[in-house]
Amino acid sequence: MARATKSSAGEQRTAASEGRLERLPNVTRHNASEAEYRDFYRMMLVIRRFEEKAGQLYGMGLIGGFCHLYIGQEAVVTGLQSAITPGRDSVVTGYRDHGHMLACHIDPKTIMAELTGREAGISRGKGGSMHMFSVEQGFFGGHGIVGAQVPIGAGLGFAHKYKQQVMGGEGGVALAYFGDGAANQGQVYEAFNMAELWKLPVIFVIENNQYAMGTSVNRASAEDQLYRRGESFRIEGMQVDGMDVLAVRGAANMALDWVRGGHGPILLEMKTYRYRGHSMSDPAKYRSREEVQTMRDNRDPIDMAKREMLELGFADETWFKACEKEVKAQVAEAADFAEQAPEPDLSELTTDILVGTY
Amino acid sequence: MELKLPAMSPTMEEGTLSAWLVKPGDTVKPGQVIAEIETDKATMELEADEGGTIISLAIEAGTDAVKVGTVIAIIAIDGEDSSAHMSAPAAPAAPAAISAEGPKTEHLAPVSAPASVPTPEAPVPAKVETVSGPTRKQTVREALRDAMAEEMRSDLSVFIMGEEVGQYQGAYKVTQGLLDEFGDKRVVDTPITEYGFAGLGVGAAMGGLKPIVEFMTFNFAMQAIDHIINSAAKTNYMSGGQMRCPIVFRGPNGAASRVGAQHSQNYGPWYASVPGLLVVSPYDAADAKGLLKSAIRSPDPVVFLENELLYGQSFEVPEGDRVVPIGKARLYREGADVTLVSYSIGVGIALDAAQQLAADGIDCEVLDLRTLRPLDEAAVLASLRKTNRMVVVEEGWPVCSISSEIIAIAMTKGFDDLDAPVLRVTNKDVPLPYANNLEKAALLKAADVVAAVKSLF
Repeated sequence: MARATKSSAGEQRTAASEGRLERLPNVTRHNASEAEYRDFYRMMLVIRRFEEKAGQLYGMGLIGGFCHLYIGQEAVVTGLQSAITPGRDSVVTGYRDHGHMLACHIDPKTIMAELTGREAGISRGKGGSMHMFSVEQGFFGGHGIVGAQVPIGAGLGFAHKYKQQVMGGEGGVALAYFGDGAANQGQVYEAFNMAELWKLPVIFVIENNQYAMGTSVNRASAEDQLYRRGESFRIEGMQVDGMDVLAVRGAANMALDWVRGGHGPILLEMKTYRYRGHSMSDPAKYRSREEVQTMRDNRDPIDMAKREMLELGFADETWFKACEKEVKAQVAEAADFAEQAPEPDLSELTTDILVGTY
Repeated sequence: MELKLPAMSPTMEEGTLSAWLVKPGDTVKPGQVIAEIETDKATMELEADEGGTIISLAIEAGTDAVKVGTVIAIIAIDGEDSSAHMSAPAAPAAPAAISAEGPKTEHLAPVSAPASVPTPEAPVPAKVETVSGPTRKQTVREALRDAMAEEMRSDLSVFIMGEEVGQYQGAYKVTQGLLDEFGDKRVVDTPITEYGFAGLGVGAAMGGLKPIVEFMTFNFAMQAIDHIINSAAKTNYMSGGQMRCPIVFRGPNGAASRVGAQHSQNYGPWYASVPGLLVVSPYDAADAKGLLKSAIRSPDPVVFLENELLYGQSFEVPEGDRVVPIGKARLYREGADVTLVSYSIGVGIALDAAQQLAADGIDCEVLDLRTLRPLDEAAVLASLRKTNRMVVVEEGWPVCSISSEIIAIAMTKGFDDLDAPVLRVTNKDVPLPYANNLEKAALLKAADVVAAVKSLF
């Protein structure tokens, strides 16, 4: 049990589990095949380049309002989403949601076009950065109220279990992602209680990027080892190096087995780090440049994956260059599309408020 | 000592003496259960306060409609001389708590509620909506339960969750019997965790189910209002029409009886201001059933506002699978001189006022809005065109209310039809007080409606 991991992201390069409650089985890093590792790398790079481009478009005034970038946290969503079955399992998160959508294999063009507020956006320009959904891919948002996605995620888990038990459905698992800031919301614990009480198939994922806006975990949380936050509800928890995509995937494998095995929910604390501000208007006064740079230099999830892939002989520089080129082209295409797509017709103002007619 | 039937809930005015667990001659200990009483909310056990010997039972087991305050047994308390009781059998005591209100029918609202609901023999105007086919008399409570049971039978994705909906059989007995029929997978008792289970219900709805979320009262839904508005109401719009949230949030709303400010509020205007929600607030049992069935079948999120004081009132309810469309007002009484617009318990008050005004030669039309969002503007304006005078009757606060909205509609879209300003009769603009006299003074009354109407002529 590692209670001494107060320093930002995990120190041990290869340990999948930094802390773990009693009943959970041992977890090992995922033993990725060459093809898998290449997929993980590529997905992380798509998210990184997509978010960088979104930051640029924001600077150009093409994206308005709030825009929360996921840069630095790519390994978390990549590792977890690679383990589930899109469309069968369900996913819900907060407002920092672009990476989750990309990892749900939603077309980057429709995401970027939503960011620019265009009719071709996945929410037809009516949702924006924080409010995006895909019924097809089992992505249930994109929620702007901190912590709201946690009971909603429990409800998705309830629906999976209910469909299996009452309606003869095939089951499925819900993933509810939230941040270290949301972990202090009361409704999170209301959801924990019901999820364990009713043994709902839910994986609660705390993406601990160390800062709730500008407030560090230590300044906001009496128990800063967030994987222990389910203890009084008898929810098993585990701390994971969220900068190591194979560690994340290893934890995801175990968590899915646990939840699918009818043990009820599980809590994964992903220790990660966001390089950019909370949103685009972050004054960056609450942490030093050195801290960010140190993380980038030593703990970057994409660089670490690349180094290991080279060591393992899973890819060479030629492959990485080709991958970079391909991803950049894909993101550029999404940005062009999002820039050129028309704004919603004014008639869209009053559509989609209700489904029925009354 | 005379043992009188106690009021076992704030709204109980009579009960059924289901069973005696003692007989004359038995000795009882303090706290011993001596009888089972069926109230408007639950079957409750009546305990002896003090030890003693049962002298006689004044009311037979199985007696219905025993008024609160009626002597039901004579007990000789330990140490007390029982001979007086033996020689002087008790006359039925007057039900003290309600005698001040005068004679009542079974429809009358409880003690401190506005004593103004229609009697069954009220004349039914010729052209109001009539129901063909067989009907039966049901309470609003039974009608709501039947609506849920029927929808749960026909659609496996419908389930109910909330505090005390299962084993307790419903805090107000609305879900009575559902656990037995549908089991605990579909009738889900929750912890006291409104924010959490409202959000969980929203997630289940997004995940493809049709939850009915019961709030014990809507006062407690304020803890959950973020999920009702931010998570349920806005999702379809924010997702560009992709993500449905077919959920019903239901429970009693508005003032009950002597429960004070935190438990007595009408949230109709709050929810009715939110695009993306449907807000329904029925008056009688037939509408309660038909509208709840529509609400459960709706693909949109519905806030379904019931009223505790109406739960025990009986009305004729059509047999069978009859749905009432959401968004359509109901002409409850036809008239020529003035329109009384209302909803929920206010309709009863309006009907009562209309009856009183008829004696004075003023012919009132009574329009029950039934749905607060979307509001049936056409029905309001059509009635205004006919009568040229309008009074809004609302059990709730006046400021930023449904009344405000009706007045705005009349001003902006019915101005040429107005022969007088539209008036509103509402509760006083104060938190609801506890004291009996203050509470009465704060709540709207038929007499206020009568006075307002007369001021228009």
